[in-house]
Amino acid sequence: MEPLRDLLFDYTIRNVALGSAVLGTVGGALGSFAVLRRQGLLGDALAHATLPGVCVAFMLTGSKSPAILLLGAALSAGLGALFILAVVGGTRIKQDAALGIVLSVFFGAGIVLLTFIAGSGDAGQSGLDRFIFGQAATIVRADVVTMGLLAAAAVVLLALFFKEFKLLSFDPAFAASLGFPVRALNVLLTALIVVAVVVGIQAVGVVLMAAMLITPAAAARQWTDRLSVMVSLSAAFGAASGVCGALISASGSNLPTGPLIVLVATGVLVVSLLLGRRHGFVWAWLAGRRNRREVLGRGGAS
Amino acid sequence: MSPDLIVVVTAVLVAVPCALLGTFLVLRQMSMMGDAISHAVLPGIVVAFFLSESLGPITSLLGAGAFGLLTAALVEALKNTGRVKEDASIGIVFTALFALGVFLISRFASDVHLDLQHVLYGEIAFSPLNALIVGSVNLGPRSFWTMGIVTAMALVVVLLLYKELKIATFDAGLAAAVGLSPALVHYLLMGAVSVTTVGAFDSVGAVLVVAFLIAPPATAYLLTDKLARMLALSTLLGVASAVLGYYLAASMDVAIAGMMAVVAGGFFSLALLLSPSRGLVANSLRHRRNRRSFSRKLLLARLEALGNRTTEAELCENLGWEAGRVSRALADALRGGLVLKPAAGEVTLTRKGREAATGPQAPVR
Repeated sequence: MEPLRDLLFDYTIRNVALGSAVLGTVGGALGSFAVLRRQGLLGDALAHATLPGVCVAFMLTGSKSPAILLLGAALSAGLGALFILAVVGGTRIKQDAALGIVLSVFFGAGIVLLTFIAGSGDAGQSGLDRFIFGQAATIVRADVVTMGLLAAAAVVLLALFFKEFKLLSFDPAFAASLGFPVRALNVLLTALIVVAVVVGIQAVGVVLMAAMLITPAAAARQWTDRLSVMVSLSAAFGAASGVCGALISASGSNLPTGPLIVLVATGVLVVSLLLGRRHGFVWAWLAGRRNRREVLGRGGAS
Repeated sequence: MSPDLIVVVTAVLVAVPCALLGTFLVLRQMSMMGDAISHAVLPGIVVAFFLSESLGPITSLLGAGAFGLLTAALVEALKNTGRVKEDASIGIVFTALFALGVFLISRFASDVHLDLQHVLYGEIAFSPLNALIVGSVNLGPRSFWTMGIVTAMALVVVLLLYKELKIATFDAGLAAAVGLSPALVHYLLMGAVSVTTVGAFDSVGAVLVVAFLIAPPATAYLLTDKLARMLALSTLLGVASAVLGYYLAASMDVAIAGMMAVVAGGFFSLALLLSPSRGLVANSLRHRRNRRSFSRKLLLARLEALGNRTTEAELCENLGWEAGRVSRALADALRGGLVLKPAAGEVTLTRKGREAATGPQAPVR
């Protein structure tokens, strides 16, 4: 009961749990599309690519307001996405290497800028590095409001373009033949994934952000073959992992929030792989046993 | 030995094995496995850190490296269930293991001198301070020993198994047919990458090692079509990134390993734009040249069909092109001496133009 009471009454924990829930919801919902389109690792690369943007935004404005830093993050992730597109579209280098380069080089640039800011002795620079690992514990009301607004905008757009995104994910060639602007839809969906990444990095950090996009979606996939159900379920799994991880980390000292959220989500995935109603192992094994028995039984009778 | 030199030599010893093994990762389209392994060895490193007193450096290197193989095996197992696709499997496995590692560090941070920043971008600047002492003999910087062993291992793997790796990479079917197990080659490469990322961990951390693994080989891939040349070139680029990165970082007083990654990215961007055979600039020039020669050939063929004294307006209508494209193609043909303009608005083929139009390459109607 202790964590539940804290959730309702403790200001810090409420903010952290709310922030993690928002992140889990938007990451889970958009992650479904990323996973179906086999772009799960794009989220990973884009998350790393936010770091230089955060630093540059701070260097230019000297402000640490979440809106400005997140705008910088989104711009540099967008730049990373364009770079990946140019490399994959214009050369024989494949997506995997393009992702790896953007991920590591942008991150390296971010680290260089961080040390540059630290070296310039600018007071108030401390706290930027929380974007690297994510410190859910430092989430305050203003962060939750910014995260919530961004997430709400992303979810509304997702709902508006649901049919188009569905078509794009399952049969892009058919979508193009029907006259849908496939390129623009692609850009929009990638932009929404950038929003999800930007919402999440403060809480779980750039490395673990990939898990918030991939793991809940992969778990939801085991329960259903319907996209609408998968997206809702994935959002619910993400939110639940967020809140559980935040509460567990609040219940003791030295328990980092981001990794706990990811570990809870991984636990959800393992359970889903075993028990998922649609593709779970246990049901497949039971059905296989029933079939075997039936066939063998019939064989014996004849 | 000066501290500067120790750092540079350490970085070179990181760059060489990364470039050699990364070449095969890039060619086999498994770059993100390098990323996954470099993160997923973290719990192994933490455990090795607890036990390093009793294990010694080489055992803990291999022990932590075992987590890399575990990652490869888990990704394979998850993918083979048919329930999760490959990219999602990679993302799930490495984030879970990395989260476990960060959790272990945070939980037991007071007992271990391993801080979180260090995990992601290393502490190469500290390499001169960390000497390997056996008994009471100072054997020099510890990083020389660890990365020296790793470099030797990578060289042995790539040189001894060059032919095998080459066949398995470019023609997996042939490799299997001549009795070379693709799985064995896969796990051998994954094992070598694991040991390399563990060894490089102290120097450049989990994220920036990816820059050394992927950026130099991808750059080399834009510059050559020969495997041996690609290996040599990516090694050279890796070493150049390390050395140049160090001096840039030192002169600006910023993160060393980060700067090395930025330089590696800079080399890649240069090759991306300017590679003579595969760069974006060369591509777009070639594209334009092809378009122009195609337009010219169509124009000549049409002129041949329409006969002498054709007007520009007729050409426009007949080819279905806009006026600008016709006049550009005409100007082009005029420069080449393929057409004449006897009177204003009229166009005639020259003898050379007629030959070009009816020649073997020209489209005949």
